[in-house]
Amino acid sequence: MLERGEIPLLSIDDLSVEFRTRDGIVKALEGVTFNVRKGETVGVVGESGSGKSVTALAVLGLLPAAARVTTGTAVFGGLDLLHATSRQLEECRGREVSMIFQNPRTALNPIRTVGQQIVDVLERHANVLGVDATGRGKHVRARAVELLARVKIPDPERRFGAYPFELSGGMCQRVMIALALACSPSLLIADEPTTGIDVTTQAAILDLLRELGSRGNMATVLITHDLGVVAERCDRIVVMHAGHVVETAPAGELFARPRHPYTRRLIASTPRPGAKLADLMPIPGSVPDLRRTLPPCRYRSRCERALPECDTAPLPRLEVAALHRVACHHPLEDATAA
Amino acid sequence: MKASLHHARYVITENPVTLFAFGLLVLIVLVALLGPWIAPYDPLTTNTVRKLEPPSRAHWFGTDQLGRDMLSRVLVATRLDLIIAIGAVGLSFLVGTAAGACAGFFGGWTDRIVSRLSDAIMAFPLFVLAMAIVAALGNSIGNVILATAIINLPFYARMARAEVNVRRESGYVEAARLSGNSAGRALAFHVVPNAMPPMMVQVSLNLGWAMLNAAGLSFIGLGIRPPTPEWGILVAEGASFILSGEWWIALFPGLALMVAVFCFNLLGDGLRDIIDPRRRT
Amino acid sequence: MRGSLFRLVGKRFAAALPALVAVVVVTFLLMRAMPGDPAAYFAGLSATKEAIEEIRKKLGLDRSLPEQFVFYIRDLARGDLGQSVTTGQPVTTEIATRLPASLELTLFALVLALAVALPLGVLAATRPGSWVDHLSRVLTTTGVSLPTFFTGLLLIYVFYYLLGWAPAPLGRLDSVWSPPARATGFYVIDSLLAGDPALAWACAKQLVLPAITMALFVMAPIARMTRASMLGALGSDFIRTARASGLTRATVLYRYAFRNAMLPVVTTLGMVFSFMLGANVLVEKVFAWPGIGSFALDALVASDYAPVQGFVLTMASIYVLLNLTIDILYGLIDPRVRIEA
Repeated sequence: MLERGEIPLLSIDDLSVEFRTRDGIVKALEGVTFNVRKGETVGVVGESGSGKSVTALAVLGLLPAAARVTTGTAVFGGLDLLHATSRQLEECRGREVSMIFQNPRTALNPIRTVGQQIVDVLERHANVLGVDATGRGKHVRARAVELLARVKIPDPERRFGAYPFELSGGMCQRVMIALALACSPSLLIADEPTTGIDVTTQAAILDLLRELGSRGNMATVLITHDLGVVAERCDRIVVMHAGHVVETAPAGELFARPRHPYTRRLIASTPRPGAKLADLMPIPGSVPDLRRTLPPCRYRSRCERALPECDTAPLPRLEVAALHRVACHHPLEDATAA
Repeated sequence: MKASLHHARYVITENPVTLFAFGLLVLIVLVALLGPWIAPYDPLTTNTVRKLEPPSRAHWFGTDQLGRDMLSRVLVATRLDLIIAIGAVGLSFLVGTAAGACAGFFGGWTDRIVSRLSDAIMAFPLFVLAMAIVAALGNSIGNVILATAIINLPFYARMARAEVNVRRESGYVEAARLSGNSAGRALAFHVVPNAMPPMMVQVSLNLGWAMLNAAGLSFIGLGIRPPTPEWGILVAEGASFILSGEWWIALFPGLALMVAVFCFNLLGDGLRDIIDPRRRT
Repeated sequence: MRGSLFRLVGKRFAAALPALVAVVVVTFLLMRAMPGDPAAYFAGLSATKEAIEEIRKKLGLDRSLPEQFVFYIRDLARGDLGQSVTTGQPVTTEIATRLPASLELTLFALVLALAVALPLGVLAATRPGSWVDHLSRVLTTTGVSLPTFFTGLLLIYVFYYLLGWAPAPLGRLDSVWSPPARATGFYVIDSLLAGDPALAWACAKQLVLPAITMALFVMAPIARMTRASMLGALGSDFIRTARASGLTRATVLYRYAFRNAMLPVVTTLGMVFSFMLGANVLVEKVFAWPGIGSFALDALVASDYAPVQGFVLTMASIYVLLNLTIDILYGLIDPRVRIEA
């Protein structure tokens, strides 16, 4: 647990991002705030379109050209990534902060062997890795093979020369993890790492991430729409809806005592063992159209607990318990999840 | 049908470049139709007294080495060039589409034969093949049209085959067959009309290219022979005078050719934007 | 890698054979389809009746068509393309002598076109909306509208007649110079090999205008395809991963995006070569370039048909070889084609 005064590894504060589209400006993110501490695993959950991926891309400076960060800071190791030079960002990416993506097959260069792609990353950051120039080729290659072994790819020596299309989705994701972990970063952002992989492999990938994370004392941000995934693998959970962070809490606390109406609905709509399909309750309405002007609380149109001030007053950030924050004027009472 | 016409009109007016190309096309067609009547002089009449005169008020485009008025020659040549281009593209479109559609629809031997023939044509650099065909069959307008049509066949055959292949298994074809249409009818009245729009883009782009091809052939002396006014021949006649500075004999027919081809290309691009905005370059 | 490379070359070679067969057969049929008496054409306009009969027997034109075809193949296999009536030389010799001129021109034009169009396309993709992007768009739209023979004449008028920068378009070399000793047949290279840079420069100067003329038309599709495929590559997932790994902008652009983007461009080269081999004839006529194109044209005018046949066969065979090269090149760049997945 965080001691007073301990500096978080990554501190995102009041991040807002807008996109220029043909239909006007879309405020994809508004006032996103949360921290990631050293070595902890944070799960970021929400429906599609809630802005989870946009947050991660914004932090790493990988947003498309049509996007613009309007406010906010993302401080990592003393450096505000949102206002860093591209040189600083290039040094930081892959070395201190890494990211892995969904659909691993398309996320790798199709005409370059997987081993060569890992070598590219190792050579890029060689200056910091203390790899000397003499005999660098062999040393780097050996290191790449070692990384492939570490992500549990069988026969890594031979797989070094394989192309992505020759590997399964699960293996490609392992390669991407190897790429991301090549320089032992202190923070890994995993954006829907199990999408595009078959179910049986998904658990293996998540276990691998957890094991590598704890071994390297690496913090992980696990972005997913699946609450079931974060339930048992994350220390803390950040719930997002329509570009807002609506609730953050330690995992157990969130499931035991959800305080935001959306969180409760999300939990209720997540399949769990023992529950019948009929028990699942869908969340009413749909994610609001972000091109329109919206009330301060973007959950307002779907919320059954709305008060008059929900239409006008700016969203509060209430600390309802230790490390438990809710952005709601009318949070749920301290009761167990329905 | 009405909706797509309405949509087409909307997009044409939306995009000023396409509108401009369309207007240009109308102008070119008018000149082709009215050529002999709007030409100020007879394009074939020689007048050696006034030979090699630069552009002037009497002769806007100057005169050539035989004293013929260049403006009249360029105007009258429009008709021939347009006929050749439309004839060639029309012919290759009809034959190529029919062949390709059958190949895509029926598969098997039809497909194999059409594909082999296409491949045989495409094994040649296309202009070289056109040269060989006209050289073999003799110099005439018909042979120029035939040669240009033949070298264009594979494009249409391939495109039709691909489009038909995609649509062959689709719902409305099944429905047509179930309601009693024979394979041929299903092909002709259901599959092909839906494959039309992308092929129209190809037609427009091809018109420009066919024109360049035909002009190239006459430039080297194949196909159409002087004194028939045709832009390629006019440029060839003017070529020898460039070195002595009489630029107008070659320039105006060359410009006319450029403008016509440019117009067809713009139109093709505009059509492509209408049909499939995703493929906009 | 090596095993799959051999297999690739072998497969592509086998795929090129039908094209070669088609070329030989179609050329045969075309030359026999001429109206009138083919023997008279091959013998020449001023041939006597006996000469025509001799030619007829020699070419086997008095036999049935299949037998004629056998003779034709036999002659081809021996490298016998017949005799040129106008020059009196064997066609094979004439073509062998003149081919380097055409090749030098085409090669130079290709290099020029690539040197301009590739960077233009890349810049247009990486700097959308800039002046480079607009220039590329203008080039792409107007480039394909330019009639090659007209462009050549325009360039001559502006750069030779008006400005005097370019030499007279009278062939490969101004008459004050004598050509270098023949090593490759490429004047520029041969001059350099002979250690005569002044001569090399003189030869290069003659090359410039015709090469630009030929290059202008093909710059357009190359630039267009480069820009489109660069844009596609830059927007793809694997580029995002590469950037997320911290790879420098230069690495991402060239080692990752550009190589991937080149695949469709290599395919475009097929169309480029088709055009260039045809445009050779036009450019050689405008610039009095002594290649096989002008050789064929001169023969055509004199109704001397053996050279025309030889020209068609040569150009088409070169085209088949070039396409084969493109296929192999594509397989080298894209492992998905090489390796049976």
